[in-house]
Amino acid sequence: MTTTFDPYASSRETTEGTVYSVTGGDWDELVSEIGEAKEERIIVNMGPQHPSTHGVLRLVLELEGETITEVRPGIGYLHTGIEKNMEYRSWTQGTTFATRMDYLSPVFNETAYCLAIEKLLGITEDVPERASVIRVLMMELNRISSHMVALGTGALELGAMGPMFFAFREREMVLDAFEAITGLRMNMAYVRPGGVQQDLPAGMTTRLRELVKTLRKNFKDNEKLLIGNTIWMKRTVGIGYLDLAGCTTLGITGPVLRSTGLPWDLRKMSPYCGYENYEFDVITADTCDVYGRFLIRMAELEQSLRIIEQALDKLDALNGAPVMVADKKIAWPAQLALGADGLGNSLDHIREIMGSSMESLIHHFKLVTEGFRVPAGQVYAAVESPRGELAAHVVSDGGTRPYRVHFREPSFNNLQSTSAMSEGGMIADIIGAVASIDPVMGGVDR
Amino acid sequence: MSETQQGMFGARGTGDTSGYGGLVATAAATGSTERPFGGYFDQVADDLERAYPDFADAITRVVVDRGELTLHIKKDRLVEVARILRDKLLFEMCMGVSGVHYPERTGSELVAVYPLLSMTKNQRIRLEVATSDSDRHIPSVVDVWGGNNWHERETFDMFGIIFDGHPGLTRILMPDDWDGHPQRKDYPLGGIAVEYKGATTPAPSERRSYQ
Repeated sequence: MTTTFDPYASSRETTEGTVYSVTGGDWDELVSEIGEAKEERIIVNMGPQHPSTHGVLRLVLELEGETITEVRPGIGYLHTGIEKNMEYRSWTQGTTFATRMDYLSPVFNETAYCLAIEKLLGITEDVPERASVIRVLMMELNRISSHMVALGTGALELGAMGPMFFAFREREMVLDAFEAITGLRMNMAYVRPGGVQQDLPAGMTTRLRELVKTLRKNFKDNEKLLIGNTIWMKRTVGIGYLDLAGCTTLGITGPVLRSTGLPWDLRKMSPYCGYENYEFDVITADTCDVYGRFLIRMAELEQSLRIIEQALDKLDALNGAPVMVADKKIAWPAQLALGADGLGNSLDHIREIMGSSMESLIHHFKLVTEGFRVPAGQVYAAVESPRGELAAHVVSDGGTRPYRVHFREPSFNNLQSTSAMSEGGMIADIIGAVASIDPVMGGVDR
Repeated sequence: MSETQQGMFGARGTGDTSGYGGLVATAAATGSTERPFGGYFDQVADDLERAYPDFADAITRVVVDRGELTLHIKKDRLVEVARILRDKLLFEMCMGVSGVHYPERTGSELVAVYPLLSMTKNQRIRLEVATSDSDRHIPSVVDVWGGNNWHERETFDMFGIIFDGHPGLTRILMPDDWDGHPQRKDYPLGGIAVEYKGATTPAPSERRSYQ
């Protein structure tokens, strides 16, 4: 940086002419300073701290009047090195990192990562059915809570405040259920390699049935508010257009792809966790616009409720079945039963390993300090997250820690389409376009 | 970046803290898989051989492992093969690119991995291209699959692989003036001093007496 550059100066000379920086202040003062200059081109930095950019997304907009001529998204403000950190932790500990990427869909992050590890270990078939059903249940609950944020914040950004209140009311109920099941509302690291961390608490299926009933009733509030609403349709119909060819070129998946009419959903196309055993519909629209994506998310809520109901029936039938693979070498690091004081291992377990079995003690120590080994190789495991194809590319060198973990984040990929959706449109419409992509910056930047 | 300093986290060497491990890590297989590959993989290989006469020359290895097909491709042939896979074999989507750094593989330290998806046929395969650390260039496939734009920028950012022909290969996650490429194995976790508005905070590994 040169010493003459003053970042807070109101104007500076560049090769392209005088550049005025506006960061607050008096608009009239600026206008008089610009004087008679004919240049209409304005570059606006929208974000990174802008309420409608879903966190810390920076959009560099080039404007001619109110028309956008160029959009350049700037990302990386939330980069936390999750993939690098995972190389320094055991395979099981990796779930606590993965869950924090896309903070609106933690269960999907964990499941993609764990499915990859299970594929590497060759134990995909050994994961108990009850564990898979719980995973499906959690994923669909999570899809609801994630779509609620997409709908609520999306509507708020376009100026409708009511839907936000309803959406977050529903989301809170789902997060309460998460808290009852896992102990945490978000970032719960509940799905572990080989199964899930613990079984559902007693009476949970009854409580969830009540929740499904309440949610089904409550979803109608937002439907009544938004579907067919004239103002809402004026802000969303025909906005953020991206057709099938555009989606294919840009690698777009999820609701944005389904809004072009293609029923592409990994739960149907390449089922995992037993999704082939559930009855549900893949929702599509044929409008390729923001309104179509909004309708898809609204309708997917009902499909998620259908899957949850079927999962609850299955869980009742599988009561008492294991939720973790039988292989203790894999299961143990994930099953640290707490003692009565809430710390450490259960006393019964300590009594056994300290008192009666030296081998158990050694194995326990090894497995807890090091974790299990995973045979060398690489796999790619994908799940249908609320935003599209979320996949983990996991490489093992045969050790107790991942050699390389890379997440193919749908938010990261889909955000590329901002330019294609918005260039040539009005500045107000980029808000709707970005909201319809539903990017979560924690996932984009990882 | 120093190779001896590892920061606060992670055991060096095998990660075996007690000496009781005894188990030797199995290296990944290095040869090609023999036919039949199983599933639709034979069909994909046949179709590609028919559509691409230089198959034997361009594709060094075909590996089927854990139900996934990987084609190892010479890097100067990557774009050719990519175009044929997209146009003739209908792999219309590329799900990005992931880098892997194998410092011990002399001559092919840096690997770029491309997962491909054919929505038309509901098939998945993977391409793998290796390059040496001294010549970090791999041709860009952005002309073939436009969505790889950001993915290639990320892999450049994290591994320093230079994708020739990319329309604007700049850093995407790390700051523009950052030194080094964080996902490389010779780059430490921690070990980087924090600079913020003139104040410098030492790296986490420097703040503790134990390392």
